[in-house]
Amino acid sequence: MKTLNVNGDIVEFDGDEDTPLLWALREQLGLTGTKYGCGIAQCGACTIHVDGEAVRSCVYPVSAIEGEEITTIEGLSKDGSHPVQQAWAELDVPQCGYCQTGMIMAVSALLKENPKATDSDIDEAITNICRCGTFARVRKGIHLAKTKL
Amino acid sequence: MNQKHVTNEMNTKPSNLSRRGFIIGASSAGAGLSIGVLAACKPNDSSSGKLAQKTIDYSNFPPNPEVNAWVHIHHDNTVTVRIARSEMGQGTSTGLAQLVAEELGCDWDSVKIEFPTPGENLARERVWRDFSTGGSQGLRGSQQYVREGGAAARMMLVEAAANEWGVPIEECMVSNGIISHKKSQQETTFGAVADAASKLAPPLDVTLKKQEDWTIIGQAKKRLDTAEKLTGALKYASDIVMPGMKLASIKACPILGGTLKSYDESIPMGMAGVQKVLKIGEAVVVVADTWWQAHSALEATPIEWDGGEYAQYSTNDIEALLDEGLGAKKTFTGNKGGDVAKALATADTTLESIYNFGAQNHAPMEPMNATALWTEDKCEVWCPTQNGESALAAASTAAGLPIEQCEVYKTLLGGGFGRRGMPDYVVQVVSIAKAMPGVPIKLQWSREEDMIQGFFHPVTKAKLKGGLDKDGKLTALDFKISGQSILAALMPQALIQGMDVATFQGLLPSGLDPRVEDQTLKYTFPNFHIHHAMRNPPVRPGFWRGVNLNQNAVYLECFLDEMAHKAGRDPLDFRLEMLKDNPKMAAVLKTAADKAGWGSNDGKFRGLANIYGFGSYVAACAEVSVSDDGKLTMHKITAATDCGHAANPQQIEAQVEGSFVYGLSAMLYGEITYKDGQPEQTNFHNFDSMRIADMPEVETIIMPSGGFWGGVGEPTIAVAAPAVLNAIFTATGKRVRHLPIKDQNLRA
Repeated sequence: MKTLNVNGDIVEFDGDEDTPLLWALREQLGLTGTKYGCGIAQCGACTIHVDGEAVRSCVYPVSAIEGEEITTIEGLSKDGSHPVQQAWAELDVPQCGYCQTGMIMAVSALLKENPKATDSDIDEAITNICRCGTFARVRKGIHLAKTKL
Repeated sequence: MNQKHVTNEMNTKPSNLSRRGFIIGASSAGAGLSIGVLAACKPNDSSSGKLAQKTIDYSNFPPNPEVNAWVHIHHDNTVTVRIARSEMGQGTSTGLAQLVAEELGCDWDSVKIEFPTPGENLARERVWRDFSTGGSQGLRGSQQYVREGGAAARMMLVEAAANEWGVPIEECMVSNGIISHKKSQQETTFGAVADAASKLAPPLDVTLKKQEDWTIIGQAKKRLDTAEKLTGALKYASDIVMPGMKLASIKACPILGGTLKSYDESIPMGMAGVQKVLKIGEAVVVVADTWWQAHSALEATPIEWDGGEYAQYSTNDIEALLDEGLGAKKTFTGNKGGDVAKALATADTTLESIYNFGAQNHAPMEPMNATALWTEDKCEVWCPTQNGESALAAASTAAGLPIEQCEVYKTLLGGGFGRRGMPDYVVQVVSIAKAMPGVPIKLQWSREEDMIQGFFHPVTKAKLKGGLDKDGKLTALDFKISGQSILAALMPQALIQGMDVATFQGLLPSGLDPRVEDQTLKYTFPNFHIHHAMRNPPVRPGFWRGVNLNQNAVYLECFLDEMAHKAGRDPLDFRLEMLKDNPKMAAVLKTAADKAGWGSNDGKFRGLANIYGFGSYVAACAEVSVSDDGKLTMHKITAATDCGHAANPQQIEAQVEGSFVYGLSAMLYGEITYKDGQPEQTNFHNFDSMRIADMPEVETIIMPSGGFWGGVGEPTIAVAAPAVLNAIFTATGKRVRHLPIKDQNLRA
């Protein structure tokens, strides 16, 4: 039994602690906003925050959690009002949308750490894959979100 | 009138909620889980003072019947537009809703969308016509009948109001979902007359609005499906949860044509949560309480494959096959004119080049998956398919049940790009579900499975020979494609005397057949021969965004660039000279070049490409630089597109940008190679895809010349790579003819 702090809720996880956080979140906790894309930390669709830092949850076993605060897209804001979500809505960033929850989590972690992120900061920090190819609007969205922080 | 309408309905029993209208109705397993989309931007409380006063609680009312197949108007004036095509990110559902809403005359803010099921379509004699979503056909292939559907609904609503008021139909006006009659100073809402309208006979003659009267088509409307994509609320097929559901992971034989020899189920059966281990075709499947358990157990299962005929097959074998084709005498002719042999023999200068375009995986971000529930008399499937009807047919066959006893519920797709037109994963999930009657089964492919079991972009090479006269004009072009036919593998019945016409996408003669008029060559060449030596390796080909336009544009546009440079001529002028007969094509090319600063000397290097594809005229001008050590920077691509009518400019812009990412990912990184009969690429670490750092600025110029409906999702993908490759040549003097460019030093 592992106690997890997810989106401010204390929850018990009674599965195998080798389970990647991604699957614990999706299957045991029903938080399906965090997506499976590759399982090898390449694509970033599974990005969540662990103590505020962006983490690719598909390779992060439950056992590695020791009381940290876990935030998923469902906990980023109650109502889609986080500045990044607002900017995304304003610019119609998503296409299929499947990677966008991970993208938003990666971007929100970046802007928390670096509210003045430049284009080169973005290039360095945001390495999520989007096969629809939303990158042009993602970049615009990040700059717009900066104005809403 | 409104009052009467209300009174009549207040005594009737409460409604059931629309089956389709809800995201994951958490119903019992047997009742069938309905997936749909709720996408109203905001509820429509009419802005008319008179109507706005009526605040009525409609919750106990029976729902209005649909006005017609395309339009369902609710008491509160929200309008549900039915969308037959699949939504995979391309925005077609918003575009189609715009077409219907335009003719309907409703308030755009009251519009939401839903997807009728393939089973309903079948039961209603295909009232929604084609569900298949590909070939950039969403809008252009259905614009006429969906607009007519919207117009017919408006006419019926007006007739209902006119009947109610006893006034002539012609005197009634429609604006933003409100019908008014000026003389009698009456007005009502669509919602109030929808029930009466539904009982009227549909009009026989429908006249569509003139373009100049459009207020919704052509507007940069926001997508209807964005909000839920930002919060994790949107349920993709892979997110479906049903009571009692079990999860499946699958591993099919990775070797071309190979079979499953044996597997030891004792190991997975001893692992936590595992319910069943089974063989489906040439695949091993583990079913467990969670997917992670199923997948872990599958990974632990010892499996032996029988490689068979292609056990040693490799990319070298594909190369040899294609190289032999390049030298073949016997070919299929796609297009020809003049006497190319003579023109080459008499040319002042000649040039010959060989290009390739490799196999590509679609790799949509959501790996293949589907959920099925099978019982003796019913089979239901929830899946992200690009072709609901073929998914239904596949489900019926796999289920061993008549099609009327099967149903497919489409979800939004986490990317498609052509991959999800194939129903292989539907067959698999139904086969598993049939082995576990009454248990909902969700089959989720791993990324590795998705990468290995692809239907890859066809692999081809091309040999091009060109001739110039002493004035530097192109006098001869022999363009021979060697390689794979998609149709030969997937739709052999579509071959014409063995020839795959689709191979010549973008290269066909005009006037051949109306069905391929959107794939025609727009250059005028004096002496030319475009032909295909069909060589089919045992790799599964598929329709991959842009399809055969991708390689054809690289081959033609890079080689013409070579010829221009060989002639010592400006590549823009060289092309424009051969586009004199096609002003629309010339216009987009010239616009892209001009806007990109073609000819300027600013340290950036430019390259051009243009092509006509999927019914649209597109061109691009890329600006790049290449560092001394060979590193490519793509600064900007200026793209011009004439798609005739531009239904939603901001979505066109998104599609152009996105298509560039897909096309450039293939150019930079994408390649499926084979060793020992199986793909060497298994995940994104060795089948890489562009990241934001690679992304050039994109300026999209939409030049809708009107009078036709061209595609949007695919055409521009084809010009990205050749424009960049031509710009690389300008920068380095080195011609890249082998793709992808990832392992090549652009300076060496």
